[in-house]
Amino acid sequence: MTTDIPAVETQGLVKKFGDTAAVDGVDLSISQGGIYGVLGPNGAGKTTVMRMLATLLRPDAGEAKVLGHDVYTEPQAIREKIALTGQFASLDEDLTGIENMILLGRLLGYKHRIARKRGMDLLEAFGLTKAANRPVKKYSGGMRRRLDIAGSLIVTPQLMFLDEPTTGIDPRSRNQVWDIIRTLVDGGTTILLTTQYLEEADQLADRIAVIDHGTVVAEGTPGQLKAEVGSGALRVRLHDVSARDQAVELLRREGTPVTPEADPAALTVQVQHSADVTHTLESLAHASIEVASFSYGQPSLDEVFLTLTGTASTPHSDSAPEVGAP
Amino acid sequence: MTNSQSTTQSSTPATPVASGEPERIRKVLVPQQDRPAPASALTACVAYGWRALLKIKHLPEQLIDVTIFPVMMTLMFTFIFGGAIGGSVDNYVQFLIPGIFVQTLIMITMYTGLTLNRDFSKGVFDRFRSLPVWRPAQLVGALLGDQIRYLLAGTIILTVGFFLGFRPEGGLTGVLAAFALLLVFSFSLSWVWTAVSLAVRTEQAAMGVSMFVMMPLVFASNIFVDPSTMPTWLQRAVEVNPVSIVVTTIREMMAGTYSLSSLGLVALCCGVLIVIFGPVSMFMYNRKS
Ligand SMILES: Nc1ncnc2c1ncn2[C@@H]1O[C@H](COP(=O)(O)OP(=O)(O)OP(=O)(O)O)[C@@H](O)[C@H]1O
Ligand SMILES: [Mg+2]
Repeated sequence: MTTDIPAVETQGLVKKFGDTAAVDGVDLSISQGGIYGVLGPNGAGKTTVMRMLATLLRPDAGEAKVLGHDVYTEPQAIREKIALTGQFASLDEDLTGIENMILLGRLLGYKHRIARKRGMDLLEAFGLTKAANRPVKKYSGGMRRRLDIAGSLIVTPQLMFLDEPTTGIDPRSRNQVWDIIRTLVDGGTTILLTTQYLEEADQLADRIAVIDHGTVVAEGTPGQLKAEVGSGALRVRLHDVSARDQAVELLRREGTPVTPEADPAALTVQVQHSADVTHTLESLAHASIEVASFSYGQPSLDEVFLTLTGTASTPHSDSAPEVGAP
Repeated sequence: MTNSQSTTQSSTPATPVASGEPERIRKVLVPQQDRPAPASALTACVAYGWRALLKIKHLPEQLIDVTIFPVMMTLMFTFIFGGAIGGSVDNYVQFLIPGIFVQTLIMITMYTGLTLNRDFSKGVFDRFRSLPVWRPAQLVGALLGDQIRYLLAGTIILTVGFFLGFRPEGGLTGVLAAFALLLVFSFSLSWVWTAVSLAVRTEQAAMGVSMFVMMPLVFASNIFVDPSTMPTWLQRAVEVNPVSIVVTTIREMMAGTYSLSSLGLVALCCGVLIVIFGPVSMFMYNRKS
């Protein structure tokens, strides 16, 4: 296998729906192996990017190569190497679980009998044997997701697209889906995953692209993204509530950025290096201000998002109406 | 054997997953190089046709359209208009049954388009289009699967007709030959609705456009009445209406006469429909997002 060919390479990818540019010049470079996360709020353009890469939608402008093949000229070659699990269950709701698997198996080139065998094996591995003969419309959200992923594994894809694989399912199912995704990576499949959940990207992805309003606003490893936002935060809780004003004043005088918290005994200090942590604690000790507890951590991806896009990671309250289903 | 029914009815959710799940999944993955060559165009059409048959099996209620409706039409036209149009019910049945046979089947072809339109708005459409198979197979397969519906509806009409006294001179051979020809025409015509369903957004719009096209074709034809009683300008229209051409040929075949010119005309109609609407549908299908 040639792993030096990038899984995805795009330059200035654009897709317009009417006047609105759903994707407005996206550059991505994703190497093979591992999990790549595309993080963004509702309407950011995640699904649209994915559908262009999966050869379902023709870009209006820009270049895109998937596993070395051009999306405009070699869509068939791309389709032979990818699998897509869409945002809305990419299954036939009227058919049973096993019928869905057989249908996909036959389309992927297995004979009926082997397709059934493959289907049953996969259903068993995904804990869906009991539901095999039930129509998919009677499945729970979690079961649907699992079947959907199973359908992408009838043959092992080189690149798998997962569009919001855990949206709308409970935390336990979500953890199961995460485990499944990690397993696939071990098997040599590259995963491109979109998500609205910062925690999900942080937990799973090796690299993350943050997109907003159709453009990439930041790219890197979760660690790099956090570093880009700058500092970590030292949270200090004082023993004596009345000492807080004194502590804040002392630290400000030293030029340390500090903000009092809602908790009357607590304050947060923005630090650049871990040395600042010891320095702050020493200053407080010198002034005989007793510290009850403290914690130091990198900023959460929520904070990263806030800094990068200037908005919290909540759905956009766009004035533009959402048109049609994708 | 006593509790065997309860196992299929069980509504318990999927088995809780032990920690061994990743291991189990790893075991069922096939190495990337072991994947078979994707299905050929023909195999893909057959697979999608199988899907259409499964839909009929799982949703038998959609067959109401193709069973009740034809029976109603036949009975209504025979007894309401029979005396007035054909002189007597018995005479009129001989004239009407081949016509209503054609009408019913071509009306049902509209449902093919509606079903596809519903399909396109579902998530599974994206999945199908991401597969490395000949894309229009989804369309062709659906049309092939629908032949079963046509077959069923046609059989019902002819059976009802038989009980009403329809005795074609061409016998069973003539009827079967006519049936085969009508299936070919229905298949050809369904490409029109496929194109319509791809061109419009909603199912209602597809229904509206289809009806708008279908109604004049059905009524400005020789299905219900002999056009010799119509004004001349209308007679001209009826003569060139492809539905009339098909009805005439079907009547001839059921009566045991096979005219090469009629058959040729029908073949021409089928050819034109497929040559125009087939590629148009496939082009729109590929561009559909
Ligand atoms: N087929 C379409 N026709 C018209 N507009 C569309 C279509 N698909 C997407 N859009 C618009 O493009 C923008 C981006 O949509 P997209 O589905 O890519 O966002 P997303 O990041 O996947 O959002 P979500 O998290 O809600 O799934 C939205 O404003 C959406 O309304
Ligand atoms: Mg989306």
